[in-house]
Amino acid sequence: MAGIKEWSDYELSLPGNAACGGCPSTMALRTVGKALGENAVMIMTPSCAVASIGLLPKSAYDIPTLNICFAGAGVSASAVVNAFEIAHEKGRFEGEVPTVFNWTGDGGTYDIGLQSLSAAAERNDNILHFCYNNEAYSNTGIQRSGATMQFAQTTTTPGGKPNPKKNLAQIMLEHRVPYVATASIADLQDLYRKVEKAKAIQGFKYIEIHAPCFTAWKFAAADTVEIARLAVKSGAWLLWEANEDVITFQGATKQIAEGKKEPEALEEYLSAQGRFNKLLKSPDREENLAQLKADLARELALIKHRAAFKG
Amino acid sequence: MGINTNRTKLDTGNNACAEAVKLAAPDIIAAYPITPQTSVSEKLASYVDEGVLHARYIPVESEHSAISAVAAASAAGARTFTATSSQGILYMNEILHYTAGGRLPVVLVNVNRAINAPWCLYVDHQDSASQRDTGWLQLYAGDNQEIHDYVLLAYRTAEEAMIPTMVCYDGFLLSHSMLPYEPIEEEIARKYLPDRDPDWCLHPAYGRKTFAQVTPAFEYSEFRKRLAQESALALDVIKDRGAELDALTGHNVCSHVKPYRNEDADYLIVSMGSMGVEAEMSADILRNQGIKAGSLRVRTFRPFPAETFVELIPEGTSVIVLDRNYAYGTGGGIILQELKEALYGRKVSVRIAGTSIGVGGMELPAQHMADTVKDVILSAWNDKI
Ligand SMILES: Cc1ncc(C[n+]2csc(CCOP(=O)(O)OP(=O)(O)O)c2C)c(N)n1
Ligand SMILES: [Mg+2]
Repeated sequence: MAGIKEWSDYELSLPGNAACGGCPSTMALRTVGKALGENAVMIMTPSCAVASIGLLPKSAYDIPTLNICFAGAGVSASAVVNAFEIAHEKGRFEGEVPTVFNWTGDGGTYDIGLQSLSAAAERNDNILHFCYNNEAYSNTGIQRSGATMQFAQTTTTPGGKPNPKKNLAQIMLEHRVPYVATASIADLQDLYRKVEKAKAIQGFKYIEIHAPCFTAWKFAAADTVEIARLAVKSGAWLLWEANEDVITFQGATKQIAEGKKEPEALEEYLSAQGRFNKLLKSPDREENLAQLKADLARELALIKHRAAFKG
Repeated sequence: MGINTNRTKLDTGNNACAEAVKLAAPDIIAAYPITPQTSVSEKLASYVDEGVLHARYIPVESEHSAISAVAAASAAGARTFTATSSQGILYMNEILHYTAGGRLPVVLVNVNRAINAPWCLYVDHQDSASQRDTGWLQLYAGDNQEIHDYVLLAYRTAEEAMIPTMVCYDGFLLSHSMLPYEPIEEEIARKYLPDRDPDWCLHPAYGRKTFAQVTPAFEYSEFRKRLAQESALALDVIKDRGAELDALTGHNVCSHVKPYRNEDADYLIVSMGSMGVEAEMSADILRNQGIKAGSLRVRTFRPFPAETFVELIPEGTSVIVLDRNYAYGTGGGIILQELKEALYGRKVSVRIAGTSIGVGGMELPAQHMADTVKDVILSAWNDKI
């Protein structure tokens, strides 16, 4: 694996892009660009990452980019890679077929885009789907998504979200695809390694990147990476990788999963953000916190079971 | 259907369609099953499977994905094909607009079928006619020869005009009916339609461009204005490429409007699809009753061939439009609206009236259509016929 000093100079996302200063998803995309290299094509669905391109005729992304409609990431990447593969077969292009990847938010992955993504996974099309998960529809003003944590306030769940999030990474894993991983902007080297690995695998690859959005979650921009680290340390975000059904854990998740460490206090993670204010001040606070912790423990137990399961 | 040579085949509309798609040699095919389109895509899937068509068939999970697939593949430089009907084309609506706005030369076949609610399996034109303002070009075939030939015409037109093009034909009446047609020879097809050669595509070999990003009002309005202007100009592309195809095949099936006994007619029946073939027999029936009738069948619906109608409808004639659809809220159908608009200010003594018939697959025998024409003449103008 390339050490950080050996990472390429290639910048997918150029300075002057229209993202918020310190945007976590842009941070992740920059790393992804370096790991994938320049022979790649990006598909995007409406999101902050699209708004960040800026306005025509300028584009902040130095890569061929297709903006498709919201529900269509999975199938669009499938179609583009099939089009490239057959064009190479027919001799219209030489050299290696470009890597085709989706750069989509949790809305475009968990919710409106799920059907088409699920179908692409079932077909095991040769694409790499990234979900940068900021746990909300940030672009349209911070509404809930299927990835929003329970009790988090959003503009459509102003009292706190009543239901837990979907366990999408595991749902993708059960599509029996060759590679599924979770990552976080808390550990860009881990992300880089996972992208490099996925790139070399034929078939459907899914990588979900936890990207705490200071605008949506209400914390200071400068704390972005710290919040991402707290998420992993507290077990609110798990780092794992499933390669041909061999599941391994990374970072703090590995220590927690192996029982070498207790998760750090969830309250610290939650109270560092404004979106849990109502939960933290609620008369049901203890009960609700206990439920959140139980849910997170359940998620860890489930993926540990899955790791131990040899079907 | 005047074609009858030793190469003539008897086959269904859907098979005639699939044969033509094979001749067009698309790279990417994506479709989702829906009656009565299904056998087109099944046939193509088996061509790909047998290796007689070097393409990728993507068995998608919905029509929204089918049209997204061909739009994205088209942006990636591929020649593409999809087919659908009814609910399927409605489900595609968002991406139909995207494909036209993106100037992606996708070809889609819509096998016309009524729309829900309530469910109905049989033909009318509400499904594709209601997609009128998506920016797509739309051709309507009246028999299986036209289905076959229009598929190739659609590719030539779409790739020259850079506007996606739809070929529509009647569910069951054509899709599942064995009718004679003469397949286009492969050599002729290759000559008429060589491989697609895009100016730009998403492949990194063409540079690092961003497609369909957020666009300011000025540039956005320019893009849309150009689509509007160039889709009107596409009438000439359809006409010229149609003439070229007819010259190569000798089939003589390409024109914006198919006229029949129109030259001395007092009454002209305007319709679209296979009912327009039947309308010619209705005109014969009416003439036998002493009513000088003729028929004008719409083949090019989008863009609407207004000038052709201005030429074909002389002053003093009366036009009866039989629509297999409704333009809700207007009291008539969509072609009636279109034709009134086309003739407005261009004719002083042409009368136009119409009605919607044949909706949901109601049968339209020539006698019934002739009677309907007489009903319209009486109720609209009370002429002594
Ligand atoms: C069909 C459709 N419905 C709704 C929208 C409006 N919309 C644009 S972006 C967006 C939310 C995106 O959320 P996510 O995918 O999580 O990306 P983020 O904004 O968080 O980066 C919505 C709802 C749209 N563009 N298309
Ligand atoms: Mg989001």
